[in-house]
Amino acid sequence: MAAPSTVMDSDHQSSYKLNKTEKKFLRKQIKARHTLLRHEGIETVSYATQSLVVANGGLGNNVSRNQLVPVLEKCGLVDALLMPPSKPYSFVRYKTAEEAKEAYVTLNGKEIVDDLGQKIILYLNFVEKAQWKELGLQALPPGLMVVEEIISSEDEKILLESVNWTEDIDNHNGQKCLKHRRVKHFGYEFHYENNNVDKDKPLPGGLPDIWDSILEKWLKEGFIKHKPDQLTVNQYEPGHGIPAHIDTHSAFEDEIVSLSLGSEIVMDFKHPDGVTVPVMLPRRSLLVMTGESRYLWTHGITPRKFDTVQASKGHRSGIITSDVGDLTLSKRGIRTSFTFRKVRQTPCNCSYPLVCDSQMKETPPSFPESAREASQLEREYVHRVYEEIAEHFSSTRHTPWPRVVDFLKALPSGSLVADVGCGNGKYLGINKELYMVGCDRSQNLVGICRERHLEALVGDALAVPLRSGSWDACISIAVTHHLSTAERRVAALQELVRLLRPGGMALIYVWAMEQEYKKKKSKYLRENRLRQGKEEEIHSDAAEPESLGEQVPDAGDQDAPCRVSAATDVRAGGGSASKVTDAKLPVHTNRTSFRSQDLLVPWHRKGNPGRDEPVGATESRAPGPVFHRYYHVFCAGELEEACRTLSHVRVLQSYYDQGNWCVVLQKV
Amino acid sequence: MKLLTHNLLSSHVRGVGPRGFPLRLQATEVRISPVEFNPDFVARMIPKVEWAALLEAADTLHLVEVPKGPIEGYEHDEKFLRQMHHVLLEVDVLEGTLQCPESGRLFPISRGIPNMLLSDEETET
Repeated sequence: MAAPSTVMDSDHQSSYKLNKTEKKFLRKQIKARHTLLRHEGIETVSYATQSLVVANGGLGNNVSRNQLVPVLEKCGLVDALLMPPSKPYSFVRYKTAEEAKEAYVTLNGKEIVDDLGQKIILYLNFVEKAQWKELGLQALPPGLMVVEEIISSEDEKILLESVNWTEDIDNHNGQKCLKHRRVKHFGYEFHYENNNVDKDKPLPGGLPDIWDSILEKWLKEGFIKHKPDQLTVNQYEPGHGIPAHIDTHSAFEDEIVSLSLGSEIVMDFKHPDGVTVPVMLPRRSLLVMTGESRYLWTHGITPRKFDTVQASKGHRSGIITSDVGDLTLSKRGIRTSFTFRKVRQTPCNCSYPLVCDSQMKETPPSFPESAREASQLEREYVHRVYEEIAEHFSSTRHTPWPRVVDFLKALPSGSLVADVGCGNGKYLGINKELYMVGCDRSQNLVGICRERHLEALVGDALAVPLRSGSWDACISIAVTHHLSTAERRVAALQELVRLLRPGGMALIYVWAMEQEYKKKKSKYLRENRLRQGKEEEIHSDAAEPESLGEQVPDAGDQDAPCRVSAATDVRAGGGSASKVTDAKLPVHTNRTSFRSQDLLVPWHRKGNPGRDEPVGATESRAPGPVFHRYYHVFCAGELEEACRTLSHVRVLQSYYDQGNWCVVLQKV
Repeated sequence: MKLLTHNLLSSHVRGVGPRGFPLRLQATEVRISPVEFNPDFVARMIPKVEWAALLEAADTLHLVEVPKGPIEGYEHDEKFLRQMHHVLLEVDVLEGTLQCPESGRLFPISRGIPNMLLSDEETET
């Protein structure tokens, strides 16, 4: 690899003396050059070429293509201008090196005004080549279509005027002012808390008459198959957005269509695998979501004031490609969307059972019989659930368990410690004298760690992506009980041993089958009583076992509207602690004794405060959805037994702590 | 991701074994996040560092000032410890990739977080 050329001040045209301002610019220019090299790996050169990197002149700095091109063209013919998304610089290629040199001389230190009206000073440096790694070409999500110019400007005006935002503030028509946008419902009220409607409570008046002929036309032209009976009107000001979501399958028929009026916007579609496709919805276009794009992909609008869009006029709707030669910024205007849905009367039978609430009901999971089934069960009933409940889960996990803290505080200064299954990272910062790295399956939980400036990465407890034999200690707190076969639980423990250096120690906590020990009920059970009235007391309590603060007061699962409710009445008979085989997993009733070792534990997610809650309306919040997490609760002696099967290990200590079985291991 | 963390990562793609280290780092966005200097702490980290892996990572980031190895009496050499403090704890890779040296598998680093997840097929034995 070619060494970066030493650039310091070899390019002084030192025949004349620099004045103070020129010196300042030169200094800044050199600084820009170093920043580009160090942070972006962009190597600049000290001789004239056709291409320049324009520091500060980038989309990430709110400088748009339209602004930059005229400035650059004053110095010569611009061959190409590459503007990578979200970067504070761009690359320009001139027809000739002379023109590039002219730009270098005249534009360095040049002040321009960005799209937000702020002053920005450009610094230019030569580069060998104006290039940017292109991301792979993307395709529209299957089943998605954007029909441009579906209605005329005249109709647009009439339709926008037909929405009366001032009437019936008292909520007759389901009008609400959400934190991020204004919303109005017709036909049925759409609940953003669970992305569902109350089918038994149609709103009076139905859909406004003005839509009748338009909907008939769309039916006739084949854009929709069913006549919608539900309409949601959203008004987004610049800076508003809507969190990524899938409209609940059982609530609506396949196609969902949305008309954009007033202004264009970029909507982000996201596949569960992590692929994100930004799609431009031009003004007066109709977005049609069917099939995979409606059932499997989430859609949402990022709250921001500018969208990154294609610059060329011929390319309006559809996907925003990563062609950096054709990106610019577009200032958002006020967009009003009219989303039409047809309320579904029968259960959904789509081909995406993993995200389908109807089909989850029909197939409560069974005890896994193979490694593949175990992996599927964990993916669905552990990984996906934590991803969904991450924010709420984290808000209930603030108090570290005292004996885990004791373990961490007793380690020698400078110990390397891995927290495998670190969750929101509540142990990562306990002892500043340790270097701790967290690892968790849930990207959302690791994201929370990162926000707290903790070192964490996304990884699996069965293949911990950390170097072997180098850790002074490991902790695995409330993790192993989420693995669904004995082999997998032992494998997870063996992974901890692999990480440890000889002599290193691991602390392991798992949830106990016995929630009553030495005639004392665990906090988990005791809170059932406590929770009847005083919830605050629980949160101020020092000891916090696994499940503390987990639930809204539990009035019995039957009463709560469940996403996955049907499994509630499938219970293991007999109440024995024996292993359930070839049986459906029972659903546990929170804050009661366990009746089976392998079970599903409900999590009642509370709404995300501040995201989609109606402003100032706390009184009538719909109950949140229920998620089920798989657990294998450990019997007395079971954890030690598993540890004894491990090689190179001795058990230093084992104890019961607030409803958990705990072991301290040492690698020998 | 700090470079000390990078130094502790390895890939577990099926069949790779101990050859999943060191991961090849490619960064597109790096930030310097200041961390309070604690000379004793840094000195304790030095023997735990795999030096060749650190040099390689520092090289791809064009960090020129990384010493070629621990120097004699480094525990009391403030200049050395400050350099190492900066390299190990303050350099923060925000965007980029990690590549398994054996299998070539790429792992993304996004918003400072390495995503080391593998599919079932990549881990099953």
